[in-house]
Amino acid sequence: MEALLFNVSGGFLEGIVRGYKAGLLTQNQYNNLTQCETIEDLRTQLSATDYGNFLANEPMPISTSTISEKATQVLVDQFNFLRSNAVEPLSKFLEYMTYAYMIDNIVLVITGTLHGRNVDELLQRCHPLGMFDTLGTLGAATNGEELYHFVLRDTPLASYFRDSVSAADLDDLNIEIIRNTLYKAYLEDFDAFCETLGAPTADIMHNILSFEADRRAINITINSFGTQLSKEQRAKLFPTIGRLFPEGNNALARADDIEQVRQACEAISEYRTFFEASTGAPRANGNGAGESSANLLGDLSDELGAAADLEDRFFVHEVHLNKLAFLQQFQYAVFFSYIKLKEQEIRSLTWIAECIAQNARDRIHDFIPTF
Amino acid sequence: MSGTGPRENIFPTRMALTNTKLRLKGAQTGHSLLAKKRDALTTRFRAILRRVDEAKRKMGRVMQLASFSLAEVTYATGDISYLVQEQAKSASFKVKARQENVSGVVLPAFEVDRVPGSDFNLTGLGRGGQQVLKAKEVYAKAVETLVELASLQTAFMILDEVIRATNRRVNAIEHVVIPRLENTIKYITSELDEMDREEFFRLKKVQGKKKRDAEASEALRKALGAQEEEASAAPDVAGGGGDLLGSKDEDVIF
Repeated sequence: MEALLFNVSGGFLEGIVRGYKAGLLTQNQYNNLTQCETIEDLRTQLSATDYGNFLANEPMPISTSTISEKATQVLVDQFNFLRSNAVEPLSKFLEYMTYAYMIDNIVLVITGTLHGRNVDELLQRCHPLGMFDTLGTLGAATNGEELYHFVLRDTPLASYFRDSVSAADLDDLNIEIIRNTLYKAYLEDFDAFCETLGAPTADIMHNILSFEADRRAINITINSFGTQLSKEQRAKLFPTIGRLFPEGNNALARADDIEQVRQACEAISEYRTFFEASTGAPRANGNGAGESSANLLGDLSDELGAAADLEDRFFVHEVHLNKLAFLQQFQYAVFFSYIKLKEQEIRSLTWIAECIAQNARDRIHDFIPTF
Repeated sequence: MSGTGPRENIFPTRMALTNTKLRLKGAQTGHSLLAKKRDALTTRFRAILRRVDEAKRKMGRVMQLASFSLAEVTYATGDISYLVQEQAKSASFKVKARQENVSGVVLPAFEVDRVPGSDFNLTGLGRGGQQVLKAKEVYAKAVETLVELASLQTAFMILDEVIRATNRRVNAIEHVVIPRLENTIKYITSELDEMDREEFFRLKKVQGKKKRDAEASEALRKALGAQEEEASAAPDVAGGGGDLLGSKDEDVIF
C-alpha cells in the first residue's frame, strides 16, 4: 500500500476515523466520570462528550446494560458509515472485521436452534456488527446435519466451517469448541488477507492479530485446566499466527498449570511481564474489595485472581497495540484499532456505570483507559 | 347456688367431683408442660432470630459481591447469559430438605447439595473463562447463603406460629380451663355440702318424727296398759253384776 495513492480512496475515511478517534474519552473525562455519584450524573457527564445525547430518551432508572447497548449503537452507526463509504480493498477489510462478530452470532443462533428457540428472539440478542442477511435462515434448520449442509454454506463464514467443522461435529461437540475453532480459522484468514494489502497495514495488523492469537492460546490453555477438554483438542484450537507459534504453542498444549504457561511465554519479552507481575503482589487498588471477598468466600484460589489479573493485562496490552496503530498513516489498521478502542471504551464505560450502580467505588478505577 | 364464675354444666355428684378433680389435675400438668415447651421454643426462636439477622446481613454483602463478579464477567466477555442458559442441562446446585425436631415441632431444614463439575465450564474459553468461573463460585456461595436464609426463615415462621398457638393454649388453660374446673369443683362441693345438710336435716326430722311417733305410741301403750289395769281391776269391784243391758251380748239374738 503506497502512500502516494492511499488518499484517493482511503483518505476521506481515514480522516473520519481519526476524527472519531479524537472523540474517544480522555483520561480527564474518565476522571470526571469516576467522580459521579449516580447514573444520572454519569449521563450528564457523558452528554458533554462525543456520545452526546445518546441516553436522552431513556426512561429514568437507566440500567448499565442500556448504557452499554446505546453506546454500542453509537459505535455501530459510526462503523456502518465507514463501511458504506468504503471501496475495495478497505470495504473488504471492514467486512473481515465483522466476521468476528458473525462468529459469535452464528454460535448463538446455533445454540438456540439446537435447543429449539425462537429465531427472532435470538436475533435480538445478536451483536449488531455481526448481522448478515442469511443469519435468520439459520433457524430454519431443524438439526445439525441440515444446518450444516443447507444453511451454513450460504453464510460468509462458510469457508471457515468447511475447513474446520464437519456436519457431525455440530451435534455433539461443545459449542465453545466450535466457536474457538472458527475464531482460529478467522484469525488466520484475516492475517493472510492483511498480508495481501502490503506493507504498513500488514505489519501493524500482524502485530495486533498475532497478539490476539497468543492471547486466545494462553486463555484457552488457562481456562481448560480442570475441564474435560483434552490436550489434543486444546492444541487444535490454538491459532497458528501468534508469536508463540510454534514452540510456544506446543508448550502451551502440554501445560498442566499456570506455571507451565508462564514458562511457555518466557520466550517473548512482552508476555513475560504479564506473568511476572501477576504472580507477585495482588493488585493494589483492588485490595479493599479483595479483602472483604476473601473473608466471605474463603479460599477462592489465588490462581483465579492471578488469571483474572492476567486478563486485565491482556486488555492493557491490546489497547497499547491499538494505540500504536494510530502512529502510522496511510494504512487500514486504524479502522480496526479504532473499533477495538471504542469497544474497550464501552466496556470501561459499562464498568464505571456498574461500579456506580453497585456502589463499589473501590473498584471503579479498574477499567482500562484508552487515551 | 349460682357459683362465682363460669362452670361446667354437670350434675353435682361424687362421681362428677372425682372426674372433675382428675381433669383439673390433668389441666395443671398440661399447663406446666406447655409452659415448658413454650420456653424451649422461645429460646430456639431467639437463636434463630439472631441467625436470621446475621444471614440477612451476610446475604446483602454476598449478593453485592456476586452481582459485581457478574459485572466483571460482562466486562471481560460480554453477555454470556444466553449461552449459559442454553448449555445448562442439569442442576449442579440442589437443595435437599430434611426435618428437625424442636420440642415436638417439625422444622424443615434445607441443605445444599452441590454436584461438582458443570455443563458450561467451557464458556469463555477464548476470553474471560476465569471470570466466568469466579462468578460461578461467587454465585454458588450467594445461593448457599440464600438457602441458609430460607431454612432459617421457614423455621422462623413455623416457630412463630407454633409459639403463638402454644401461648394461646397456655393462656387458655391458665385463665379459662383451670378456673372453670375449679369453679365446677367448688360448685359440686358446695352442692354436695348442701345436700349433706339437707340429708342431715331430713334425717333429724325423720328421727324427730320417729321419736315423736314412738313417744306417742308409747303413751298410747301406757294409756292402754292403764286402762286394761283399770278394767281388770273393775270386775273385782263390780263383780259379775254389771249392767247387762249396758253391754250387748252377742249371743243374744234378740
